Amino acid sequence: MTEHPIAVEVEDLHKAFRVPRHRVDTLKERALHPFAPIEYTSLRALRGISFQVAEGELLGIAGRNGSGKTTLLKLVASIYRADRGRIRIAGNLAPFIELGVGFNPSFTARENVLLNGVMMGLTPKEARRRFDEVIEFAELGEFVEMKLKNYSTGMSMRLAFALMVQSEADVMLIDEVLAVGDASFAQKCMDSLQAFRDEGRTILLVTHDTESLRRLSDRAILIEDGVIDIAGDPDDVAHRYLEINFAGRAEPLPAVGDGAAAGRRGTIADVWLEDSDGERPRGFEQGDPLNLVAVIEATQEIDRPGFGFEICSTDGARVFATPVPPRSVGGPDEKLQAGERITVRATVANPLAPGSYTVNCSLSQHDNGFDVVHLREPAAEFVVWGTRRTAGYVELDWDLEVEREPRTGAVRAGGE
Amino acid sequence: MSATAHAPALREVPGPSALAGGPRRFFTLTWLLSTTEFKANYFGTALGYVWSVMRPLLLFGVLYTVFTKIFRFGDQIPHYGALLLFNIMLYQFFGEATSQSVACVVRNESIVRKTQFPRLVIPLSVVLTNFFNLCLNVVLVFVILVATGVDPKVTWLALPLIVALLVILSTGVSILLSALYVRFRDVAQIWGVMTLVIFYGSPLLYPVEKVPHSLRFLLFINPFAPLFEEARRLLVDPTAPSIVDAAGSALGIVGPAAVTVGLCALGLWLFTRDAPRIAEEL
Repeated sequence: MTEHPIAVEVEDLHKAFRVPRHRVDTLKERALHPFAPIEYTSLRALRGISFQVAEGELLGIAGRNGSGKTTLLKLVASIYRADRGRIRIAGNLAPFIELGVGFNPSFTARENVLLNGVMMGLTPKEARRRFDEVIEFAELGEFVEMKLKNYSTGMSMRLAFALMVQSEADVMLIDEVLAVGDASFAQKCMDSLQAFRDEGRTILLVTHDTESLRRLSDRAILIEDGVIDIAGDPDDVAHRYLEINFAGRAEPLPAVGDGAAAGRRGTIADVWLEDSDGERPRGFEQGDPLNLVAVIEATQEIDRPGFGFEICSTDGARVFATPVPPRSVGGPDEKLQAGERITVRATVANPLAPGSYTVNCSLSQHDNGFDVVHLREPAAEFVVWGTRRTAGYVELDWDLEVEREPRTGAVRAGGE
Repeated sequence: MSATAHAPALREVPGPSALAGGPRRFFTLTWLLSTTEFKANYFGTALGYVWSVMRPLLLFGVLYTVFTKIFRFGDQIPHYGALLLFNIMLYQFFGEATSQSVACVVRNESIVRKTQFPRLVIPLSVVLTNFFNLCLNVVLVFVILVATGVDPKVTWLALPLIVALLVILSTGVSILLSALYVRFRDVAQIWGVMTLVIFYGSPLLYPVEKVPHSLRFLLFINPFAPLFEEARRLLVDPTAPSIVDAAGSALGIVGPAAVTVGLCALGLWLFTRDAPRIAEEL
């Protein structure tokens, strides 16, 4: 990569947005209070961003909502003006950061394609020449004279996408394109991105999706709070992105959906999940053990109390449940006295695949999982994050071995 | 596509502006946008052009009837009908172009916020679209004129000059309004009233010599007065007083010229000043 010339260079980029505290948007107000100062809150979207992209490189840009990644793209695309810093680009740039932008629904497809070409800086002649290729790619030959407002969403998407694919820009800015459309369309987008890369175009791709970050990017940067948090290997960036995404403290779930017996004999007063440091994060990295903590309050005496819990995935599947009869929490005398308050801690190994999960907890009596004192469903929720993606619920220890049989040189015929 | 075949030099990104991207792209974009819009308006629907010309014709019909049959005022002015029709078409252009320009930048919010292109294209293409319409209307006016017995004159050849000046004035005002509207949304209401004020405040329904002396000062600031008056002399009545004679001083031409230049300059200044930040203000 190093011998390639630099295609995009961003140096110490700063951008703040002025947000008026009290919006004065009529001349009348301005005329009535001509000297009233307009107070602005300054929203510092970018605070000193610098990076370089080599020609032919695909730079993934990750960041949470509001971190400034789209602002960065709009600055590079000359839609916003930077407060400070410098952006330099080699070659021409496709100034479209979203699909279908600039389409006028009352114009026909032909007119839109021509306009789009001229917007990109082509002469009308070049735009007309490109027209046939675009229509062919979009497979919309019969509909070129139809107004775009009569197009289905799928058709205009195809047209928009064809325009992007057929643009001859050296540098492309792409913002979340992969999120739109159905699965097959998303796949087509993916394939085209790969193709752009193979053609040696330089691409800046803003994405939320760690999967495409890891699969497509040569290099990646993570923007957090207007600065580059980490830059470099896409795997590291994806990992860090997930880490900060789930770093926030988990919100406790309100005690809703209580079982009928709740409050009479006893309740599960509080439930949360802790990591190994005793923090209560929203997300756990794949493989990090979960510590489930529940506070149980007995209002009356509970005989042979048992505590059980289960972990469910968001699609409702019960991934794990403690066995029945449940584990006793009554101590040596097998009882919880009226007014007694205990804390139970369960340590759970975490083979869960990345995704969202909920925990349900139950308090039962008489050494029997069905005589329920209090059921909390859901009692807590958490996210497991990781950069490996599977379609299953858990990741089991597995391995793969390949054994090669020696080649016999001839196709074996049956019945030797 | 190989790295060595072309190694374009790094160039600084200019940021958004009113005119960025070079004049060629600017003009092709403006031209293409307005011709496409014009086609969509007038050939997209079956009665497209008919509807657009109905409005000024109907207005003409009403005003002509009122001022020749009820007020008996137009009777004394030679070729009042021809004059009124021509003036209404000119004013219709100004009114439509400016009113459509007021909200044009905001209306095109999606492209302003998401693509990079010279911002000034938007109001200019609105004016240009309306100019195409004016051309059609002017042809129609001449057909009506000749059909109703007005003799063609050599002086008609100078009328495009009047139209050109009107287009410059309308462009300046359109740019000014579209820039103002981004910040002040009541510009739309204010302008709605202003178009009426200008309609009745200009020598459009009445000839300039009917303006009483106490109100003559209005002629010194109204950029439409010389346009309508000169159009009248060129179109039907070379004996009518020139604007300088009517106003009684050279200010009659200097004043309106200064106002026109001032409005255009103010509009351009405001628009180019605000253009880099328009995408953020929306």
